[in-house]
Amino acid sequence: MERIMTKNEMVRVLKRLTAEIMEDTSGGKNICLIGIRSMGVHLAEMLKNEIRKSEKKAPPVGILDVSLYRDDFSRRLPRRIKETVIDFDIEGKDVVLVDDVIWTGRTIRAALDELIDFGRPNRVWLCVLIDRGGRELPVQPDFIGKKIEAEKNQWIEVKIEKGKAEVFLTTEGRK
Amino acid sequence: MKILLKGGRVVDPSRNFSKVADVLIENGKIKKIAADINEKARTFKVGGLVVCPGLIDIHVHLREPGREDEETIATGTRAAAKGGFTTVCAMPNTNPAVDSVSGVKYILMTAAESGIVRVLPYGAITKGRRGEELTEIGKMKKAGIVGISDDGTSVMNARVMRRAMEYSKMFDIPVVSHCEDLNLSAGGVMNEGRTSTILGLRGIPPQAEEVMVARDIALAELTGARLHLAHITTKRSVALVREAKKRKIKVTAEATPHHLFFTDKFVEEYNTNAKVNPPLRSEEDRVALMEGLRDGTIDCVASDHAPHLDTEKNKEFDFAPFGVIGLETALPVVITALVKKKKLSLMDVISKMSTRPAEIIGGHDLGKLVIGGVADITVIDLNKKKKITSDFFVSKSANSPFIGKNLSGFAVLTIFGGKVVFRDL
Amino acid sequence: MRFERKDLLGLENLTADEINLILETAVSMKELFTRSVKKVPTLRGKTVVILFYEPSTRTRVSFELAAKRLSADTVNISSSSSSVAKGESIIDTVKTIEALGADFIVIRHPSSGAPHLISNRISSSIINAGDGMHEHPTQALLDLFSIKEKKGRIAGLKVGIVGDISHSRVARSNIWGLKKLGAEVFLIGPPTLIPRDAETLGVKVYYRLEKIIKKLDVINILRIQRERQKDQLLPSMEEYNSIFGVSLSRLEKARNDLVIMHPGPMNRGIEVTSPVADSKNAIINEQVKNGVAVRMAVLYLLAGGKNENIA
Repeated sequence: MERIMTKNEMVRVLKRLTAEIMEDTSGGKNICLIGIRSMGVHLAEMLKNEIRKSEKKAPPVGILDVSLYRDDFSRRLPRRIKETVIDFDIEGKDVVLVDDVIWTGRTIRAALDELIDFGRPNRVWLCVLIDRGGRELPVQPDFIGKKIEAEKNQWIEVKIEKGKAEVFLTTEGRK
Repeated sequence: MKILLKGGRVVDPSRNFSKVADVLIENGKIKKIAADINEKARTFKVGGLVVCPGLIDIHVHLREPGREDEETIATGTRAAAKGGFTTVCAMPNTNPAVDSVSGVKYILMTAAESGIVRVLPYGAITKGRRGEELTEIGKMKKAGIVGISDDGTSVMNARVMRRAMEYSKMFDIPVVSHCEDLNLSAGGVMNEGRTSTILGLRGIPPQAEEVMVARDIALAELTGARLHLAHITTKRSVALVREAKKRKIKVTAEATPHHLFFTDKFVEEYNTNAKVNPPLRSEEDRVALMEGLRDGTIDCVASDHAPHLDTEKNKEFDFAPFGVIGLETALPVVITALVKKKKLSLMDVISKMSTRPAEIIGGHDLGKLVIGGVADITVIDLNKKKKITSDFFVSKSANSPFIGKNLSGFAVLTIFGGKVVFRDL
Repeated sequence: MRFERKDLLGLENLTADEINLILETAVSMKELFTRSVKKVPTLRGKTVVILFYEPSTRTRVSFELAAKRLSADTVNISSSSSSVAKGESIIDTVKTIEALGADFIVIRHPSSGAPHLISNRISSSIINAGDGMHEHPTQALLDLFSIKEKKGRIAGLKVGIVGDISHSRVARSNIWGLKKLGAEVFLIGPPTLIPRDAETLGVKVYYRLEKIIKKLDVINILRIQRERQKDQLLPSMEEYNSIFGVSLSRLEKARNDLVIMHPGPMNRGIEVTSPVADSKNAIINEQVKNGVAVRMAVLYLLAGGKNENIA
């Protein structure tokens, strides 16, 4: 298990991502953040706090659980699903989807499908902490925390809990 | 034609005989039982095996006439021979029921043509087994019945049952009673208890049997007739019979191998080969049956061999018919469940599967090994083990609850009237 | 926690963890009801055959909606119970349905154990939608869900089930589910309608509602059928009502927050009076709504592949 991002690095990365998002969305006037379960939710919250610090105003944050929209559903045991919580209208909004790691792009495909069922946003952006390559669908993030090249048998784990925030690369398959 | 059985343990409960000896059979009769017989004869070395009177099953359903797709006299008697039985008593609930001389003659004629062991028919107690009018018991007796029974159902009308018992007295034949109060059992498909509650199946309370056992014992006392209780299954039934015997009422009783082996828990998962009538009961009842056999309250073991096709048994539990086959497994089940577990001696088992049943049906030359007597002989290998599979059976049907069970103690040679009718040695 | 079963035949054999997983999954399913698009693509391309050998509208519609909201295709087959006894064997029927490509068979049958008879013989997932007097697992799951939603927990609650326990698959499934999740269960009804051996299931039996009503947190009122009168189990519906009918006066001593449930369809004026059925304590309509969510959860959990090597 190899640490590929420390807490300090993550804080710096989030500040930079905030700045980039603000720049590209005209100061975030019309944005909302939507974190993809599970780690994207924490990251969306962290981004919101950063935005509040810099802009004095926090965007609304929603949560997506994409389990019911996945395309690999019948090939794996069902995971414990949790609620999707979007208690604001996304119609006409600039939605920033937030996830921890982008790999094949399939989760984002599912997230876009689910999002569309809630309304018609003005524009959807994608922000990820780690881009590990290996895309199987034509989906590319707009805001990237860090790019790394990971092998197929490697797993990237983002740990955010009780003041800790780190990213690890492990080589055995996930249990 | 001579047959010589060499070196077996000869067991004859009729005179409490158990010795290693040779048995010589000539012209269908037992010629000699002695140590070291040397004769030119078809010889079977049966050292280490048990040589006993041919087994007798006084409760079987051969399905002919009417349901020859399930069993025939030809296949049923082959199953009997394989199970070590040389005599079977056929219940009259065929289609049509055996309730007249012509029915009795049909059974005897068919058995003579296609059967390979002795088939003794019962006649119905009432016409069409409807529980209303008595059959011509005297004429049927003359034609060859060994008893009367409406088995499969009860004669619900106590007055009709009383008359049947009174009338049958002059023929000295047993009235074989299937004890089931049909109002109490109505709709039931298994024993009423915890398991039926969990499975949501309608229950048959033990009392459905017990009230009829009590009634029929009372009627036997009233009439002085010989009452034989088919397949009793409950602790209280055993107690009733025990008490009746103490009071010298002429009552005998049988238990089936499946009621001695299984309890109603076996119905779990809706196993239709656990659907029998009377139903499999509780462990307490099963223990009481074994005790009843041991102390002589229960006189004999009878299989209640009841063939049904897979297509009928592979149905919803409610819709599957009652009954299991038993001729081919009765002996190994009794040996496995009772002899190997030291509940019953070998002598007792042979008594309960040959000597006593012969007495009940009045077959006075059967169920014993005597010089000059008919050569119905079964040779048993107490140590032969088999796992029962559905292709084990020669019966036309394979609705056995013992499929998948490991049993030991099988008949390896069955001789009927001096003729080898089954051989597995 | 994984859900690795092929079928849902009853609650007797489920673990508390499995039941909780279904209930938690149903929470997410219920969230879908608040969206403008109430349908998700999860079971796209899957076929759910709803095979009913007994007339039923509520359960059939509930399963159908559940399947449709997960984007499965649904086919309804109704067969009268008279044709069951003599017609085509149920095994042949379901083999045909399987050959036609059913991924799920939701079966209701008047004979206890019918779903078990077919479950080993085909590879489609079998969901028991009520078999004879045996089990009705999805009804009990929706009852559990509704209680939990209202009370926040199941463990430690005292739940009374009133009525015809003997013939009720709803009662049996509820007993298993409630006991597994730690509730105390009380059966209330006339002795002719409560199995002799009921207490061996770990419940307490009362012949009078008055004797236990003040302790109960939840009362689940079962439908009473007129046939019971014919079978000599009850002298009359009116007498049943006079002794067990749940009315406001009979609830006088009950807790203020008593939760009142009924699996439906109700016989108003027989087992329950209208003022009780329509009171603020009754959650009868919420039960119906929750039924869809719970059945979606069951379909979802049974539909998953069994291979967890994932990318």
